[in-house]
Amino acid sequence: MPRVIVDGRPVDVAEGALLVAALGLPPVACRSLSGEPRGPLCGMGQCFECRVQLEGREVLACLTPAREGMEVRRG
Amino acid sequence: MNPDVLIVGGGVVGAACAQALATEGCRVTLLEAEGLGGGATAAAMGHLVALDGSDAELALCRLGQARWNALAPDLGAALELDPCGTLWVAADEEEMALVKPRCEAYRAAGIEAELLDARALHEAEPHLAPHLPGGMRVPGDSVIYPPAGARLLAEAAQRAGARILTGIRVASLEPHGLRLADGTALSAGCVVLAAGSASKALIPRLPLVRRKGHLAITERRPGFLHHQLVELGYLKSAHGSDTDSVAFNLQPRPNGQLLLGSSRQFGDEAPDIRTTLLRRMIEQALSYVPDLAQVSVVRAWTGFRPITPDHRPLIGPLPGHPGVLLACGHEGLGITTAPATAELIAAEVLGRKPAIDPAPYLPSRFPELAHA
Ligand SMILES: Cc1cc2nc3c(=O)[nH]c(=O)nc-3n(C[C@H](O)[C@H](O)[C@H](O)COP(=O)(O)OP(=O)(O)OC[C@H]3O[C@@H](n4cnc5c(N)ncnc54)[C@H](O)[C@@H]3O)c2cc1C
Ligand code: FES
Repeated sequence: MPRVIVDGRPVDVAEGALLVAALGLPPVACRSLSGEPRGPLCGMGQCFECRVQLEGREVLACLTPAREGMEVRRG
Repeated sequence: MNPDVLIVGGGVVGAACAQALATEGCRVTLLEAEGLGGGATAAAMGHLVALDGSDAELALCRLGQARWNALAPDLGAALELDPCGTLWVAADEEEMALVKPRCEAYRAAGIEAELLDARALHEAEPHLAPHLPGGMRVPGDSVIYPPAGARLLAEAAQRAGARILTGIRVASLEPHGLRLADGTALSAGCVVLAAGSASKALIPRLPLVRRKGHLAITERRPGFLHHQLVELGYLKSAHGSDTDSVAFNLQPRPNGQLLLGSSRQFGDEAPDIRTTLLRRMIEQALSYVPDLAQVSVVRAWTGFRPITPDHRPLIGPLPGHPGVLLACGHEGLGITTAPATAELIAAEVLGRKPAIDPAPYLPSRFPELAHA
């Protein structure tokens, strides 16, 4: 079971899961300018609402497989 | 109901006309088929730019800029007016040689313009590619958020007494009025046709074609960019007539996002994104701002500019249709020039002297419009 670090906290996800699985329930990926939570909508790389920072780059959590030790930051 | 003025279309141009006419005391009703500012206006970049393709173009741009600045306090913060200025970037020494005369032409026209050598250019925008030789800064240009501009102008018109009706489609123009899609006939002292490209559906002989454009917007990178950047070769692309072209345009949004433009295509009537053109646009942008490779694009979309044969809009009476005024065909400058258009339309409706010479924009300059 891979363990990823989300905003400094360890989160265990199922083998083969995508990063969205580590974003909580309901999943939160980033915040709007007014601070409202934003999260995955389409689950297939179209809406760009699931953007997270992974090692300095922005990635789509719904398309990125979770791997042991990944450090993710939410905007 | 017998309003003095019926305006067809609630894009930025129709909304600006409604605001100007209502403020000057006309009884105004604006009819918008869908939502306010949802046409070309919603797709646009919102660069309020003094473009000098011709004296007439520059005059309309400058009046538009002055009016936006005067309206801004009343329209409020949602307009997102950002006085960031334009930085015209030369691609090479050949283009750099054109900067000095261009600066002089701007100054002769009374517009502040500053020549930047390579060093000043990179101080102004550190992310520009090191090999770029310089450019010209025009500090008086600015940026707004176009769909908010249309909505805020319509709301200002409403405060001045105008009626703003959405979801109402005009089916045809009739003598002394018009007919709605549901068959209702409305009469008025005059009708202002501000339906953008769709104006041609109501008056088929209008010399209007549509030119498609792509835009893309990135994630937020506050502080990455300080000016609206435009490649100096832009005018070639903007006024060239036939082939598909791509011109580099990059705009800092107040929230830190970067808005990237733009392509120009004729003959592609579908709103779909063409990935080959989007790729060309991005590659072009990377040649000016290589660090963009580290910034992800989150959305891309297309829009259509309403184009006339001489690249000037159609503003004023339509010969053969008493009471019908045109306010359409604004190409890639309609956001900038909407309030100037409104001034010309208001002067025509009220029979007073306009702030600038209306002749270059009169529909009657085209032979197919000069006679009924
Ligand atoms: C990619 C792109 C980038 C651009 N960037 C800039 C820029 O940076 N700066 C700038 O100044 N300009 C820019 N422009 C140009 C600008 O968008 C247009 O010139 C301007 O929006 C035209 O406004 P409009 O009100 O005439 O048309 P529209 O915004 O198209 O409005 C027409 C309205 O009429 C309504 N309508 C149509 N038919 C009917 C009917 N029968 N009955 C009732 N209502 C009807 C439509 O629903 C629509 O809302 C850009 C354009 C594009 C495509
Ligand atoms: S959930 Fe829509 S792009 Fe990831």
